Amino acid sequence: MFDSIQRGLSDALKKLRGRGRLTADNIREGLREVRRALLEADVNFTVVTKFIQRVEERSVGQDVLARVDPSEQIVKIVFDELVALMGPVDPKISFAKDRPTILMMCGLQGAGKTTTTGKLGLTLQSQGRRPLLVAADLQRPAAVDQLKIIGQQLGLPVYSEMTDPVQVCRNAVTFAKQNNLDTIILDTAGRLQIDAALMEELQQIDRLVKPDQLFLVVDAMIGQEAANVAKTFNDTLSLNAVILTKLDGDARGGAALSIKEVTGVPIKFVGMGEKLDKLEPFEPEGMASRILGQGDLMGLVRKV
Amino acid sequence: TKTRDMFAGVLDLFRLRGKVDRKFLEELERRLYLADVGGTATTAIVDRVRQAFQDKEIDGNVETFVRQQLRELLTDPSEGIRYAESGPTVVMIAGVNGAGKTTSIAKLVNRLQKDGKKVLIAACDTFRAAAVEQLTVWAERLGAEIVKNPTASDAASVAHDACEKARAKEFDVVIVDTAGRLHTQVNLMRELEKIHRVVGKVIPNAPHEILLVLDATTGQNAITQAEMFCKSVKCTGIILTKLDGTAKGGAIFAIKQKLGLPVKYIGVGEKIDDLELFDPESFVQALFE
Ligand SMILES: Nc1nc2c(ncn2[C@@H]2O[C@H](COP(=O)(O)OP(=O)(O)OP(=O)(O)O)[C@@H](O)[C@H]2O)c(=O)[nH]1
Ligand SMILES: Nc1nc2c(ncn2[C@@H]2O[C@H](COP(=O)(O)OP(=O)(O)OP(=O)(O)O)[C@@H](O)[C@H]2O)c(=O)[nH]1
Ligand SMILES: [Mg+2]
Ligand SMILES: [Mg+2]
Repeated sequence: MFDSIQRGLSDALKKLRGRGRLTADNIREGLREVRRALLEADVNFTVVTKFIQRVEERSVGQDVLARVDPSEQIVKIVFDELVALMGPVDPKISFAKDRPTILMMCGLQGAGKTTTTGKLGLTLQSQGRRPLLVAADLQRPAAVDQLKIIGQQLGLPVYSEMTDPVQVCRNAVTFAKQNNLDTIILDTAGRLQIDAALMEELQQIDRLVKPDQLFLVVDAMIGQEAANVAKTFNDTLSLNAVILTKLDGDARGGAALSIKEVTGVPIKFVGMGEKLDKLEPFEPEGMASRILGQGDLMGLVRKV
Repeated sequence: TKTRDMFAGVLDLFRLRGKVDRKFLEELERRLYLADVGGTATTAIVDRVRQAFQDKEIDGNVETFVRQQLRELLTDPSEGIRYAESGPTVVMIAGVNGAGKTTSIAKLVNRLQKDGKKVLIAACDTFRAAAVEQLTVWAERLGAEIVKNPTASDAASVAHDACEKARAKEFDVVIVDTAGRLHTQVNLMRELEKIHRVVGKVIPNAPHEILLVLDATTGQNAITQAEMFCKSVKCTGIILTKLDGTAKGGAIFAIKQKLGLPVKYIGVGEKIDDLELFDPESFVQALFE
């Protein structure tokens, strides 16, 4: 894919090497390839259209650099725009001083919330925190067992009771305080963003328990829906960050771009496998290369 | 309890006034993309509409034509499971992590039981935390028998035991749940092939159906998933889940084009009744809503 972007750009720009200017005309062909790459990477259609406009505005009128191929110059502009859009990233989580810090996970069904709850627990534990995992999904069969097993594997306490999700979360806070646990991670049930009743449940937890950080967990394989999902969750809950899971596969992950563009909410972590130590900080540069397709993009970017 | 989603479907496009011009075609393209139909299928449809209607008035004919084009890119209405001529029918379920395999099995068992079939469930996800417990809860709710081995780490051995039992106890259908795996994980794909082989050794021609579970929310990666799973174990059909959301599952057009793989069932919720036979007409209709 990346190669075809370069080819598309090269054909129109070959003649320009070392002289002249980038114009709407001579970059058209190339930008069409960029557009195709982004759509194939599942970047939201509306976001792609805006993005291409922005790249065009930035490119047109620039002098063609002497030391590189003009096509490389445009790829660099595209890359920089992608990185600027998806960054900056701060993988740190800030903690309250005098009380437990509460993190809440939410998202669509099967996105990876429960697994990520465990992963975050492990990460924070290794930073010297004392996490409590909270089983607030009373809906999916054996969801509580799943979190209990994960807790066991990590040697982390899990709070659960068979009442209702709001109650579970409230009592978990009391439990954490009594047991000197300083970080609470709430694992909620998966839900569709159009399910008004279940979205209201999240708001209720938000109001009563006041989580410090609300994380939306999104499957990296998601398509055009990413924009709808992120927007509605963010409108309902004011998200603090997004965690993109299942990036160990070959999904191009265009959702990263769509979500940031539509909501402004940064992506903080990525899930890189089913195992509980597979959580990494999000890196806009790597993601930009991935969205555009592989190829030695970083090498090229350094050169330009 | 559904609120309006951010993007409209294709339908109100045909309420526009004027001619089929560049703007109209761009708008059609946009809406197909937003339904995850993807580049190849979208380009094909838009080109056909352009050729047939360029500069003509937008009217009912355009709508009928577009629907027809979309409909032609899909398969015939699904007839569900094809049963073995004699002995137990083995249905193997596969797919990436979290697609909805285990839940779809519960729904499928429910359907088959209603058809009077005696169904055995094989809990072959020996990997994910509480995967067996999850399936056990469903089996209890359905009053279906389940074969599991909480200490086994070898999925194929559980599948083997289930097939032996099905043959001995004259079950009509065995449904094999498998762990979620990304199609890029070579070892895990081999494990799937092993389950396939083992099942075939116990019951001739098994598995008779290999259903790939795809999440309708998935974008273009669904095509690669289908390709890779088909390469590993010859899939016979798709269960397209989570269509109760606003995602349209448009990737199935490209999957049909590339692989000829038909959708057999759709998942429309988390309850056991939320599984329907795939009907191309209503699928296209839903694209327009
Ligand atoms: N390959 C891979 N699999 C993952 C990753 N994160 C989660 N999974 C898998 O995805 C599937 C779903 O994960 P869960 O944590 O159960 O997802 P969930 O969002 O809690 O699901 P619900 O509670 O049903 O909404 C499981 O098979 C996990 O092992 C990841 O980063 N990579
Ligand atoms: N809204 C909706 N949710 C669904 C549907 N099918 C499954 N789910 C939900 O999706 C989540 C994952 O479903 P599972 O059946 O556990 O998925 P799986 O493919 O077995 O997951 P792994 O075994 O971890 O790979 C659960 O929360 C299900 O309730 C559907 O048709 N609609
Ligand atoms: Mg969960
Ligand atoms: Mg499962």
